Amino acid sequence: MRSFTYNKADDVAAAVQEVSANQEAKFIAGGTNLLDLMKIDVMKPRHLIDITHLALKTIEETEDGGLRLGALATNADTAYNEQVEKRYPLLSHAILAGATGQLRNMATDGGNLLQRTRCYYFYDTDTPCNKREPGSGCSAIKGYNRDLAILGTSEYCIATHPSDMAVALAALEAKIRVTGPDGDRVIPIAEFHRLPGDTPHIDSNLQPNEIITAIDLPAKGFANHYTYMKLRDRASYAFALVSVAAALEMDGDTIKEARIALGGVAHKPWRLPAAEAMLSDQKATKENFRMVAEAYLEGAKGYGHNDFKIELAKRAVVRALQQALEMEVKS
Amino acid sequence: MGNNSVTSPPKSSVKLHINGEQKELQLAPWTSLLDALREHLNLTGTKKGCDHGQCGACTVLVDGKRINSCLTLAVMQQDKEITTIEGLAKDGELHPVQQAFIDHDAFQCGYCTPGQICSVIGLVNEGKAKSLDDIRDLMSGNVCRCGAYVNIVKVVQEALERSESK
Ligand SMILES: Cc1cc2nc3c(=O)[nH]c(=O)nc-3n(C[C@H](O)[C@H](O)[C@H](O)COP(=O)(O)OP(=O)(O)OC[C@H]3O[C@@H](n4cnc5c(N)ncnc54)[C@H](O)[C@@H]3O)c2cc1C
Ligand code: SF4
Ligand code: FES
Ligand code: FES
Repeated sequence: MRSFTYNKADDVAAAVQEVSANQEAKFIAGGTNLLDLMKIDVMKPRHLIDITHLALKTIEETEDGGLRLGALATNADTAYNEQVEKRYPLLSHAILAGATGQLRNMATDGGNLLQRTRCYYFYDTDTPCNKREPGSGCSAIKGYNRDLAILGTSEYCIATHPSDMAVALAALEAKIRVTGPDGDRVIPIAEFHRLPGDTPHIDSNLQPNEIITAIDLPAKGFANHYTYMKLRDRASYAFALVSVAAALEMDGDTIKEARIALGGVAHKPWRLPAAEAMLSDQKATKENFRMVAEAYLEGAKGYGHNDFKIELAKRAVVRALQQALEMEVKS
Repeated sequence: MGNNSVTSPPKSSVKLHINGEQKELQLAPWTSLLDALREHLNLTGTKKGCDHGQCGACTVLVDGKRINSCLTLAVMQQDKEITTIEGLAKDGELHPVQQAFIDHDAFQCGYCTPGQICSVIGLVNEGKAKSLDDIRDLMSGNVCRCGAYVNIVKVVQEALERSESK
């Protein structure tokens, strides 16, 4: 690891000021992604600002009946939080489908959103990669791309976003609260991550001098009909080939509202509200589920090794919706 | 970690509370907790496997929670209660989970064992494992190249039963 200087931030304003003053500074929270990438020289900050002492660890109800997750709350404390387990079990399950007991004790909710892609070439500094080194080329498009994206790709990058938590947050329409030099703003999760386009080195719309302070969950948690389905090469401790966060609000056997977000298929959690709306006021049948699945994968493009993901994703959408529908309602 | 630096920023004083003792070290900021334990405190019971959060050999307990000591900086772990494999035996008696690893023959080469033991203790503290599948899932952050998993699962079952009967 390259040398760097270190400072512990005492409050949000000081952290923002410190990061704004130094282009080569980075925040460190759990450290599980940043240190991993610094050890292999993919990330090279010259100064680390430790934000783990900021008072952003609480999980509390908001005025509109939702729940606010502090950006420094750990993934474990979030997944096992009583309110999250009860009202947002989709989120709890998605977090627990990722990483390991040890890592979830370290990883924070803010850091989880900003974890970087798991594209093998991004990790391999001997190969070209536009995300790691803008302009060097993309090794994955003509290389081994089994894990990579099938939706929203560009000729510059076909990486996926690896977070499980973010997929559930997309289905739940979470809002990301951030603070920058000019004050606070709120970014809907749908606009937080971005597509690679011709600037794949930029993962999200968060500015380098902004800090995430919290993640707000709206009141509606879909606790009666939900599933987080993660398809991967082994049952535990692997990143998703395809994942689906599915949630339904039912009125008898009619769907009132459906939410679907896909992971492992794009540079951001993939959600299409217009396609979801096709299910509103419709019967919950396999045919209708397949119709939505087709709409979700419209325009999908395989790159050889990952062609199988297109049909896999469609079947996963259908099965996840069926599981969400049929789950035992615990009252 | 890092020895490829040319101009090093000055080392700073880092106070760590480890196995009930206060230690003060002069460390560069990039020293991982794992390297601080092994290279600076001679607590070599904690093992380095991958150095990337993938194998669990470096698992220690911080304020009772299991973490990977390779993916955190020593300087970030001040004011916390760190317990390593060396701190588990009390008054010459092995910790029950240590004893259970012997009783169930839950290791071969032993390289993963200190991390496994700390992980089992952390898992019991968490109180979330209810079934065999839960145990396998929640222990998946500890890899054993010798494949002692079958007996490690027995250790976890015994540890969970003991904690319930308390
Ligand atoms: C072996 C392994 C397996 C894993 N498996 C999975 C998996 O299956 N699914 C999954 O979803 N994840 C997985 N992960 C990734 C893990 O979830 C992330 O590394 C973790 O969530 C990152 O959080 P952190 O707090 O440690 O972030 P850090 O490493 O501290 O930071 C990550 C980035 O976020 C920035 N940052 C952190 N907090 C803030 C903030 N509040 N405001 C602004 N910027 C901030 C940092 O500057 C840095 O750039 C795995 C990781 C490892 C090592
Ligand atoms: S897909 Fe993106 S991250 Fe992977 S090699 Fe291409 S540019 Fe780099
Ligand atoms: S050495 Fe830390 S997880 Fe492998
Ligand atoms: S006993 Fe050899 S690696 Fe587990």
